[in-house]
Amino acid sequence: MACIEARGLRKAYGKTLALDGVDLTVEAGRIVGLIGPNGAGKSTALSAMLGLTEFEGELKVLGRNPWTERDRLLRDVCFIADVAVLPGWIRVWQAVDYVAGVHPRFDRAKADGFLARTAIKRTSKVRELSKGMVAQLHLALVMAIDAKLLVLDEPTLGLDLLYRKQFYDTLLNDYFDSQRTIVVSTHQVDEIQHILTDVVFLNHGRVVLSASMEDLEARYLELVVGPQQVEAARALRPIYERRALARTLMLFDGVARDRLAALGEVRTPGVADLFVALMGPPNAGAEGAAA
Amino acid sequence: MTTPSNALPEPTAFGWRRLLYWSVRRELWENRAVYLAPMAIAAFALFGIALSTIALPHALRAIAAGDAKRAAVLMGPYAFVAFAVMATAFFVAVFYSLAALHAERRDRSILFWKSLPVSDLTTVLSKAAIPILVIPAITVAVTFAAQVAILVLTTLVTLLNGLDPNLLWSHLHLGLMWVALPYGLLVDALWTAPIYAWFILVSAWAKRMPILWAMVPFVVPAMVERGAFGTAHIGSFLGRRLFGGFNQAFSLDGMGKAPIGKLGDLDPLRAFAMPDIWLGLAVAAAFLAMAAWLRRRREPI
Repeated sequence: MACIEARGLRKAYGKTLALDGVDLTVEAGRIVGLIGPNGAGKSTALSAMLGLTEFEGELKVLGRNPWTERDRLLRDVCFIADVAVLPGWIRVWQAVDYVAGVHPRFDRAKADGFLARTAIKRTSKVRELSKGMVAQLHLALVMAIDAKLLVLDEPTLGLDLLYRKQFYDTLLNDYFDSQRTIVVSTHQVDEIQHILTDVVFLNHGRVVLSASMEDLEARYLELVVGPQQVEAARALRPIYERRALARTLMLFDGVARDRLAALGEVRTPGVADLFVALMGPPNAGAEGAAA
Repeated sequence: MTTPSNALPEPTAFGWRRLLYWSVRRELWENRAVYLAPMAIAAFALFGIALSTIALPHALRAIAAGDAKRAAVLMGPYAFVAFAVMATAFFVAVFYSLAALHAERRDRSILFWKSLPVSDLTTVLSKAAIPILVIPAITVAVTFAAQVAILVLTTLVTLLNGLDPNLLWSHLHLGLMWVALPYGLLVDALWTAPIYAWFILVSAWAKRMPILWAMVPFVVPAMVERGAFGTAHIGSFLGRRLFGGFNQAFSLDGMGKAPIGKLGDLDPLRAFAMPDIWLGLAVAAAFLAMAAWLRRRREPI
């Protein structure tokens, strides 16, 4: 059974289509990056998976309909829906006590262990903590829950680089294993691409690309060419090119590595470059959908 | 290992009682005014009453000399502290209910609460329990504690002035007070339940200023009625809903015109035979069900 299975997933807010027929399969044990520009439908897709919003079409999470079976589903699914949703008034010990009180799969010792590695004081109120510390606290609470699926929606928005890096390192080293699935949406693609096993590009409520990192690496190549080889490289029909100082950077879809290697330096493209290549310039044709 | 690990019961879910208990605890963490405000008011009242004991020996001597009018005054501090605590509790309950499902959307914490396996209905019930059950219970406890403090204080003052404490005690009707207060608050809680349920429903629905949305559907028609027909049926209906519980509990006629004087005057059968109480509870249940339905679909504001 796939962890997440969506067929023709649709969601409209008034006349605006947030999701326009999303087909998606996420197998268990993967770390999936959900990537797309603002308004692409990432948050709506995640909300639907978490049973926070009604939807049309077919969607099963861990074999259940998230809207109608939400209360049952939530024992196996955890999420950080947004940064800074922990209430300001709550004290750290209260947050730990409360989650221990209501969640049957919460391991208090684990949460205490994670918190002990931070500078967070148990008597502090959330509003007294820095943004980075609030994210650490939320992550400590969530990682102490033995869930099958963890959903993160822009979990590191507004954090500085050190906290962001630490956030994902902790997640990868102390939480992830083959039994768990993580779906994460973020704008900071470069920072998380090394932890992802799969990427899903979303634009205008549709899946533009859904592939494993291995497939991406096999299919797409990046070529760095000097000025004299540019025309020869263009003949191979790059899907994207940009100038970097005196050289030109091109992306190719399904062109053999040896043919490119003859023209210049061949690399594995970054997810961010691929994203830009496949999405086109920002807002091209987006006016209608965003209005 | 003698027991195979798969024999351990897998933790699947906690019962609703446990979830409700933790949800109510959470409400008390967030809204400390629920118990601090009545306690603070009781402390202020006690302070004033302590100052007023200066006049107590004089009053007791007058009673001993046969001044019967003075005797009625001895219950004054007890009634005063009960009234002060109840009035405070009323305001706390109103403002709590109006913020109940509004504050969590405003500070976006609803997204955190919804990430935990607590149903919307459990959450709504835990929030309804605060004005309908918890605040009345706190009112009884705080009032009782304050009244015991008054009793100890006035007895000490009496003894220190070399007077017979029986002079004081024989004029107090604390037995009646301590039975009537919990009884009256129970009747009142059931009576006013639909009001708090309405406030909670509005707090789940309104984007801003739930207090206005809660009052407009009643105040505007009441004003139109007064202007168009010169009558006040809506107003009196509201008044009855707000204060009728106490009148039911504490007056002989159920209208607040003939106050009770002794334990035998309490008439639970009459109070609980009122269809209005049960009708009100049905309306409260409907409002709370709608609030749970709305919370499920609500997003942060």
